[in-house]
Amino acid sequence: MEESTKYDTLKRIISIYLPEDVSVDAIGAQSHLINDLNINSAHLVDIVLDVEDEFDIMFENDDMERMQTVEDALKIIDIKRSKK
Amino acid sequence: MPLNAILDKLPYDEPFLFVDQLVSIDENGVEGSYSFDPHAWFYKGHFKNRPITPGVILTECCAQIGVVCLGVYLLNGKSPGDRGPIQIALSSSEMEFYVPVYPGERVSVKSRKLYFRFHKLKCEVKMYNAKEELVCKGSIAGMIKPLPNG
Repeated sequence: MEESTKYDTLKRIISIYLPEDVSVDAIGAQSHLINDLNINSAHLVDIVLDVEDEFDIMFENDDMERMQTVEDALKIIDIKRSKK
Repeated sequence: MPLNAILDKLPYDEPFLFVDQLVSIDENGVEGSYSFDPHAWFYKGHFKNRPITPGVILTECCAQIGVVCLGVYLLNGKSPGDRGPIQIALSSSEMEFYVPVYPGERVSVKSRKLYFRFHKLKCEVKMYNAKEELVCKGSIAGMIKPLPNG
């Protein structure tokens, strides 16, 4: 999968769980999922579950803790996919 | 984990405890029951002169039995550090209601785990009345984890 497609896919998943007062345009590579995008802990789990389905990978507890920003998520996706 | 020990760990109390008894519990689901007190506080206003158990209370009953009790059981199966007090929060519920529950009725709740990952427990729940009629069903999710320094 190309970088841009991967990013767009992730962005689409994240956008589903954005609170009403945060626009899709606010999503950037550096965005902190909780602090910048106001995503709550329950929706963070939803994002991980959707990402797992979409990219056919499996997150562990460590990955969840490491996934702070959009960029972190992309990195984890890359590592997981390269190990397949 | 004994069923009574699960009830002891519930963070609820009167007048907002909606679990009497657990019948069975395992990794995949739980079954329990509750009898609505005919004099419960909400009947005075729901509705005027025509007491019926509110849907939100039925949902709460499903959540306490179906999600929180199961969550306590699942957490207990993990590390010993997870066996202290817990903190919980409802994260989503989607319910459909079929028949009313009147004051004094006894209901049973059956819950099946959809997933428990990263502290989020999502279940499919069903409530039946004493006549085995389906009262309501739906899915409820909550966050459940050990209380820090608890």
